[in-house]
Amino acid sequence: MALLEIRDVTRRFGDFTAVDKVSLSIEAGEFFCLLGPSGCGKTTLLRMVAGFDAPNGGSIWLDGKDMTGVPPEKRNVHTVFQSYALFPHMTVADNVGFPLKMAGLEPAAIKTRVDEALDDVALTGFSGRYPNELSGGQRQRVAVARALINRPKLLLLDEPLAALDAKLKENVQLELITLQKEVGIAFVYVTHDQQEALALAHRIAVMNHGRVEQLDEPSKIYGFPKNRFVADFIGTCNILDAEVARIDASRMQLRIPGLGEVQTTQIDGARPGDKGVLALRPEQVAISPQLRPDPDENHFAGKVFDFLYLGDVTVYVVELPNGSRVEAMLPNSAPGRAKFFEPGDAVEISWRFDAGRFLTE
Amino acid sequence: MDSRRAARWGISGPPLLYLVLFFAIPTLIMVLASFRLPGDFGGLAPIVEQGDDGTRTINLTLENYQRFFSDPLYAELFLKSFWYAVITTAVCLLIAYPLAMLIARSPKRHRDLLVLLVILPFWSNFLIRVYAWMIILGPQSVFTGVLNAGLGLFGFEPVRLLFTPFAVVVGLVYVHLPFMVLPLYANLEKHDPVLLDAAQDLGANSWQRFWRVTFPLSLPGVFAGAALVFIPAFGIFAIPDILGGTGGIMIGNVIKQQFLDTRDWPFGSVLSMVLTIVAVGLAGFAAWYARRARALA
Repeated sequence: MALLEIRDVTRRFGDFTAVDKVSLSIEAGEFFCLLGPSGCGKTTLLRMVAGFDAPNGGSIWLDGKDMTGVPPEKRNVHTVFQSYALFPHMTVADNVGFPLKMAGLEPAAIKTRVDEALDDVALTGFSGRYPNELSGGQRQRVAVARALINRPKLLLLDEPLAALDAKLKENVQLELITLQKEVGIAFVYVTHDQQEALALAHRIAVMNHGRVEQLDEPSKIYGFPKNRFVADFIGTCNILDAEVARIDASRMQLRIPGLGEVQTTQIDGARPGDKGVLALRPEQVAISPQLRPDPDENHFAGKVFDFLYLGDVTVYVVELPNGSRVEAMLPNSAPGRAKFFEPGDAVEISWRFDAGRFLTE
Repeated sequence: MDSRRAARWGISGPPLLYLVLFFAIPTLIMVLASFRLPGDFGGLAPIVEQGDDGTRTINLTLENYQRFFSDPLYAELFLKSFWYAVITTAVCLLIAYPLAMLIARSPKRHRDLLVLLVILPFWSNFLIRVYAWMIILGPQSVFTGVLNAGLGLFGFEPVRLLFTPFAVVVGLVYVHLPFMVLPLYANLEKHDPVLLDAAQDLGANSWQRFWRVTFPLSLPGVFAGAALVFIPAFGIFAIPDILGGTGGIMIGNVIKQQFLDTRDWPFGSVLSMVLTIVAVGLAGFAAWYARRARALA
């Protein structure tokens, strides 16, 4: 049995269904991400696992025990809150030692454990400080140390990096990965930031409107989104309206209104006449000034509409004859190079048949 | 620069003037008066007296202080008033804390109404409210009747409520309760509820959540409320006058007596001085203790 089993959990607030029959299982030692836009139910689900909220239907099992009716203080699960929720009237040492004190440990034992825990998060020497004397990154580490000190079965993290600036975020992500490996405790990490989820998690559950849209490894979620929502939410994606024209031996021909036919990989269950979208990642779209015919590629002529210089890459927005716009990404490998094309340039875009995905919903 | 200085004086000037006129100068007059002699018909004797024979005597003395320290009656009265004020503060805290917590944790749209109810008694006259207690605690009241009937059932003698220390404390608590509720509410309302979630998440039961998180964080409110109740309760005279009878007299009554009945202003000033020094000393100690508690927490 998995460490955490969420079975058909539903939570309604009046007419609004925040979590709709969600089932998940999380293994010991796993770094699991709940990813979705705000209001998708991920935080509600997390609060139910922590015990702050109870499902209207379904059950939550931790380590083989039904958690129904078990209050948060009796669950072997700790939470790192988005605001960190450090006790402002306690020093760093008292904050970190709080769970041990509640568990009734002797002061001397608490002190030893707290010193160890602070050492683990590189905060030795900060034990006498108050939370308002720490930086955002230090507070985050105190919150993690406090939540881990009495070794819960499961650590829940509710957007713990939302308050940090971008540069610090990256360092903290690496720290979290290392820490999770070291302690071997399963992490359930809630975020709306897809990059964070892709970087951190072993597995991601993408949620929307209270349901799990897709549950998979990060590379599968990114590379093989199951539906339009996932494709759109994870990374950037070109979405073109499409209809299945015919299905050949191994490939599928899509008709894109006003543009023509596009070949793509076959999708199980797709039939001619099915309507949907073609999802295409910008980095899979090549952009060049002249035609380079290749039977495995789709080619379209277009015109550069605009471009975005992002430092490492430049994203070109290319307008196609049917008026739709496709983003293509080119790396700026040569130093000082900001762009290859100007707005208005006639270009050709192309992508391999297996780059795009046909999604029916 | 000059306009900014003008603005600063413009803003701080009026309250400063107010404090100088109605606090600093009266205090200085009182300090001075405590060293002077009473006038023949009350009030104060002139400091410099021109005798008939042309000699000048300067009427300044330490006699008033001597009188205070030589008669233990006054120290006892101070001590008694101190205990009345302490009990009042403690009872107010015990009643006000749950009330303030209830208001702070009720839905936002109800809070203003509940706060309004707390300060509603201020809309009627102070003396009328205290006289109302005279009726409630009086021997003919329903309350006293029911209480004594109940006591009688268990074989106890009937008790007298009015004109006892009990009545004084009831009056003191009743009048000062809002001064405890309001600062406590203002403090508790600001607490971040996620801190309680965090404490619960980390294994604290409801008792521990209160004593480890809510209460220590509310200490500034507790000290503010305690000061607002203790200091006026310590020196009050109207409530013991009305509800206390002869046994319930407090130091405020003696001060009032000295000024209005005995017309011994210098001795009244001595008592006022001592009252002020004790109250300021206690408030200073409380502030120091609160800071130290914060540092050791």
